[in-house]
Amino acid sequence: MIFFWQMVLSGIMLGGVYSLVALGFVIIYKSTGVINFAQGQLLTIGAMVLWSFLVPLSLPFWAACLLSLGCMAIVGMLIERFCIRPMTGQPIMAVVVMTIGLSTFLDSLIPSVFGGVERAYPPLFPGGGIFFMGLSASYEYLLSFIMAILLVFIFLYFFHYTRKGIIMRAVADGHDIARSCGVRVGSIFSLSWVIACVSVTIGGFLLGSIESVTPALSSVAMLVFPVVILGGLDSVRGCIIAGPIVGAVQMLAIAYIDPITEGGAGDVIPYIIILLTLIFRPHGIFGQAHIERI
Amino acid sequence: MNYDLPCGVLNTTYEKDIAIVRTKARWAWLCAGIFLSIVLPPLLGAHWLSWCIETCVVIVAVLGLYFVTGLCGQISLGQAGFMAVGAYSATFMMTHLGMSFWLVVPLASVITGIVAVIFGLPSLRVKGFYLAMATLASQHIIIWLITHPPFNRWSGGFDGMTVPAPQLGGFVFDTNQSLFYVTIITTWIMIFFAKNIGRTRVGRCFVSVRDSDLAASVLGINIFRYKLTAFYLAGIFAGVAGALYAPYIMRISPDSFNMEKSIWYLGMLVVGGSGSIVGAISGVIFIRLLLELTVIFGPSIQHVPFIGAYISNYLGGIVFGLVIILFLIFEPRGINHRWTIFKASFRHHPFSY
Repeated sequence: MIFFWQMVLSGIMLGGVYSLVALGFVIIYKSTGVINFAQGQLLTIGAMVLWSFLVPLSLPFWAACLLSLGCMAIVGMLIERFCIRPMTGQPIMAVVVMTIGLSTFLDSLIPSVFGGVERAYPPLFPGGGIFFMGLSASYEYLLSFIMAILLVFIFLYFFHYTRKGIIMRAVADGHDIARSCGVRVGSIFSLSWVIACVSVTIGGFLLGSIESVTPALSSVAMLVFPVVILGGLDSVRGCIIAGPIVGAVQMLAIAYIDPITEGGAGDVIPYIIILLTLIFRPHGIFGQAHIERI
Repeated sequence: MNYDLPCGVLNTTYEKDIAIVRTKARWAWLCAGIFLSIVLPPLLGAHWLSWCIETCVVIVAVLGLYFVTGLCGQISLGQAGFMAVGAYSATFMMTHLGMSFWLVVPLASVITGIVAVIFGLPSLRVKGFYLAMATLASQHIIIWLITHPPFNRWSGGFDGMTVPAPQLGGFVFDTNQSLFYVTIITTWIMIFFAKNIGRTRVGRCFVSVRDSDLAASVLGINIFRYKLTAFYLAGIFAGVAGALYAPYIMRISPDSFNMEKSIWYLGMLVVGGSGSIVGAISGVIFIRLLLELTVIFGPSIQHVPFIGAYISNYLGGIVFGLVIILFLIFEPRGINHRWTIFKASFRHHPFSY
């Protein structure tokens, strides 16, 4: 039994990071209606940029963090300006294919710039962990989980109580109406990409320090899809609930199904979650069902 | 469907009105195309011959995607996974059941069609991005099923299976030369099917579902049935493509049918122009020629300073991603649309329209 709870706990901890990455996705969807397939690639770029500031340039941690967040904000702005804005008014399929193209492009660009080598950050977190009632959680996981939860709450607050957040939700509801109320839709689009890039970069730091910094990180980030589908595409609350659920189910699958199927269950169970969610509750736990009119 | 017909083509009989090939010039183009595509590649040398075989296989797979994405408007990210079903079921029937290749191809395509319908079931409730997710999931789940128990007992897991060469009478198709003829003839047959299905009631219903599914359902079209039909057709074409691909690569493994391939097929369709057969074919040929160029020029680029020594391995992906982005920004309707514009302006030459 202790093994079971241990698996659940580490899954929940891992899920915190998924939530964080999914958060960037949800922010972009909520405010611009764009589905971003390049989320994982942005995460990898963030992790790589931080590594470049930390190791070859050996800057102090806080400076490297700020600089890489700034760099990623610029990357987000550029992507929005040159790839997403020309697609305004196009059908959703074209926008999806655009971000898929972007993800393929970045996927090949990252290893050709940084190389396919595995990198590690200098130890950011103290080793060891907390032991409680026979369960253990390492500091890295614990810290990243807390950070993820904290950020999710910050964004929840942002969307519900700040002026900019409410404007972003208005823009998501309808560009034209928001514009006629005096909102500068373009700058809101930029802002949402910047926020998404920043949050995904933090996810990149955390994942990079838990595992290692390789171009393969972007495939780990494919797991945001089960999280956003389960939680609901447009729900920040959904992210925070669904991330740990997906993480825990994944860990349990690795623990209990892997011996039967000779491995790989952890990789496929998130996709089974997608299928089941789509069949039984297409809009996720907290997502809004849209009523369509002709 | 014949909005791009030149003026002066008048129908005197019903047969003429519903003919697939409408003008003498088109007959000439078609015959020349069929003749050249069969005669030319074997003369180009071994490398280009295998390029042609692979291109034919991809054309068949992308034609399947043309139904589900191009006509019916449902994004599918699982075409390579369906191809894997076709390739594996064909190989299984050939090696374990000892069936003939010629019987196996239609059987494998029907099996793939059924699998595609199963994974298309979520289209009952969802569409657009959600459906893209369902097909993405199907891609991963299919590859996982192939490589893990209980199916890996037959499929050889990650190692893959060896594919026996097709036979007809006493003749064994074990060279690329002979396989090329099988592939190109099948490809032309599939192109003909695809063209024809697009003109039937089913094809028109696909288009109506794509343009506005709500309006289509109000008009009495059973959306769910037609979406599943689209998936079934995509599966049929993917199955044929997989069954053709297997004897050519001789050893199939899950790596030949990964996620990346699915994305590439979708990209090829979009670059060509998703709503037309000519678009699908020209997109495949265009992207595959570009890829060939990156293979040729990749090694020379890596000596340019500041680019990085690894570039030659990844140049294909970079170019492909850029091409998709640029096409979506500057010509969202693809190569086919450009070609139509070009033809029209050529026809009206001294006048603008």
